[in-house]
Amino acid sequence: MSTIGYKDWNVDLADVGAIYPFQGWEVAMTIVGVIFWLGWHIFQVKRESAHLEKAKQLGDHDKVHQTLERY
Amino acid sequence: MEGNLNALTTVFTEFYYWVTVVFMFLIHVGFCMYEVAASRSRNHMHTLMKNVMIIPLVTVTFFFFGWWIYWAFPMFPFFGGLDLEAGAANLPWAETMGTNSSDRITGVFWAAFLLFSWTAASIVSGAVIERIRSSALWVHAVLIGSVFWIIDAAWGWHYGGWMVKYLGYHDAYASGVIHAIAGGYALGVIMVLGPRIGKFAPDGTPRDIPPHNPWLLAIGIFLIYTGFWGFYAACNVPIIAPEVIGGQITGITWTATNIYLAPTTLSAITFNFLMSLSGGLMAAYLVSKGDAFWTFSGGLAGIITASAGNDLYHPIQAMLVGAVGVVIVYKLHFWVEKKFKLDDAVGAVAVHGYSGVVGLIIAGFLLWGAPSSPFEGYATITPWGQAVGAVIMFFVLGFLPGWGVSKLQSKLGVLRIPEEVELQGLDYAEHHAYEDAKAEIIEADKAHLAARAT
Repeated sequence: MSTIGYKDWNVDLADVGAIYPFQGWEVAMTIVGVIFWLGWHIFQVKRESAHLEKAKQLGDHDKVHQTLERY
Repeated sequence: MEGNLNALTTVFTEFYYWVTVVFMFLIHVGFCMYEVAASRSRNHMHTLMKNVMIIPLVTVTFFFFGWWIYWAFPMFPFFGGLDLEAGAANLPWAETMGTNSSDRITGVFWAAFLLFSWTAASIVSGAVIERIRSSALWVHAVLIGSVFWIIDAAWGWHYGGWMVKYLGYHDAYASGVIHAIAGGYALGVIMVLGPRIGKFAPDGTPRDIPPHNPWLLAIGIFLIYTGFWGFYAACNVPIIAPEVIGGQITGITWTATNIYLAPTTLSAITFNFLMSLSGGLMAAYLVSKGDAFWTFSGGLAGIITASAGNDLYHPIQAMLVGAVGVVIVYKLHFWVEKKFKLDDAVGAVAVHGYSGVVGLIIAGFLLWGAPSSPFEGYATITPWGQAVGAVIMFFVLGFLPGWGVSKLQSKLGVLRIPEEVELQGLDYAEHHAYEDAKAEIIEADKAHLAARAT
């Protein structure tokens, strides 16, 4: 068994194509990759919304004033 | 050089490695910037000098004996003696270690490995900032940079190394041979060195010591990424004919290879470098809740986790390996910090050490059964071969020497700076010299102006 389809390199490289693991699963891997990417956006936007909701409560007036002064 | 094709290949290869060396210099520039950014203002000059002096100290020792170790140690001491024949051409007094019109490659090849040595030493340097004595760190730098990492390279990053032959160890872009060993070494040092003053509250809760300059830190990490890309190219043989490899590959098709002379492509490592960087950044952003420091470091950790198999992975695999690795590494860092009260100032043990170990083990599963070498009689890649390799890298050649030498330095009282100096800042002496010089020149200018006015 070899995940890349070759157990040794006793081959003529002119006859060799893909050598990555799990050939034939490219579409499934793409689906997993896209889920990861879209999931990232969903998590990120939810967290950002919660964070902004919390942060919009103005804190200590003097501290906010100092922040404004700092530019 | 016989024949135009041979001459062209040699000159191309010579130039290829030379370019990678120049790119890899950026790793050290990045590490210097990163460390200075992470340290507090009162420790800047000391932090910078500590890392800069790694360059000459590791360079000269790597010339004197480090490079010879790589060629002499592949089977030594467990499966054979020293390979004195291969080592002879790489001794400091060998004719090939100088200007020699019949050898055009040794110098650039030596330099490529040397830049890896700087990196290994610099990783340790980051973990120990703001409290280690420079003299102590420089001893560690020579040991990790010119002795221990190059022993592991001879064993597991050489086409004839015993770990490759008998364990099927596969570590194309050095998850283990540079990152795991340097992270393990750093862990051994900080266990003895102890945390910075104030790092832990009286009840043991860790305090964050934020970087003083996040912008410098960001540029530093981006330079490290850039240099790391050069490192990837440096780990490949750019073009070689099957008959020159002399292994099992048949036919006449030339190829690029990894360090083990097994086929890969520059295209593959370009895909995988960028996809593992991206997977690491995305996962780190989420797991750290958008913390800039950990997101930047997560990009690096993503690449490091995928590096063992990035010569063969599919780009989506590289992305997911980078992402999974970062989540494990991040959680592990804070668990270890809290449990054992260890102060890893820049997260070096986690980003390099834990990522390296995790990456090696994942590669064992994803590349299970793949050939580790183009030569006959070598073991194939397995999870257990990779796991044993990870223990050798992180613990045996990394942690143990780092811990042992630090214990010795501690006993001799030469490991850590005095508490008073730590509170005042390591730049105390330099600050005074600087302030005195400034006051003197201002006074001189004022006196000159006053004299002109009268």
